[in-house]
Amino acid sequence: MKELTVEARVEQIETVTEFVNAELEKLDCPMKVRIQIDIAVDEIVSNIAYYAYGEKTGSVTVRIEALQEENGVQLMFLDAGVPYDPLTRQDPDISADIEERKEGGLGIFLVRKTMDDMKYEYKDGQNCLTIRKSF
Amino acid sequence: MQINKTKKEDEMILELEGRLDTMTAPELEKVINGELSDVRKLTVDLAKLEYISSAGLRVLLSAQKIMNKQGSMVVLHANELIMEVFEVTGFTDILNIQ
Repeated sequence: MKELTVEARVEQIETVTEFVNAELEKLDCPMKVRIQIDIAVDEIVSNIAYYAYGEKTGSVTVRIEALQEENGVQLMFLDAGVPYDPLTRQDPDISADIEERKEGGLGIFLVRKTMDDMKYEYKDGQNCLTIRKSF
Repeated sequence: MQINKTKKEDEMILELEGRLDTMTAPELEKVINGELSDVRKLTVDLAKLEYISSAGLRVLLSAQKIMNKQGSMVVLHANELIMEVFEVTGFTDILNIQ
């Protein structure tokens, strides 16, 4: 298991992505999955950066580890911001007409569709969002 | 991300290269909001785009809304992963992807 803690700001997404990609490379992650995970990192870290701490600042920790039972990876995102379960958010209406389209909610929806599993818990004063993907 | 702009009369071609994500989407948004007023035909070429996240989708959506009012927009050469993102989010129904 490896982990990285950075300030929860969108400017740090690139640092997190580089850290995650270096680990994925060690696991021989296929390019397609690597890109899907990069997108997940963008969506999740940007949500934390924009919403978790309101006007205040805080940090985000990313933990990455290989799955034991199969080829794959698990990533955990931890922040000590306002408790918020993104999985309770209603899915966007993806069949809506262009003028009726709402702008929010697409990111987490996209992550849920491309990862194998996504879980949320609030533990020890932290939001903990876990994604898994096998390759 | 790099944006290569080509403009001829009322046609504009935007070639996007790299990643269209949270950090880079505002660059495209600036072009969409500031330089489309006299454009009737917009082409967005994704041949060199590696991936797109929801921040990029939102900008493409607002470009399509603008062009629906004043002309037309096509999206070209999306790679397999970008097509998958368009399909999962229903964007295949609202963008003209060729």
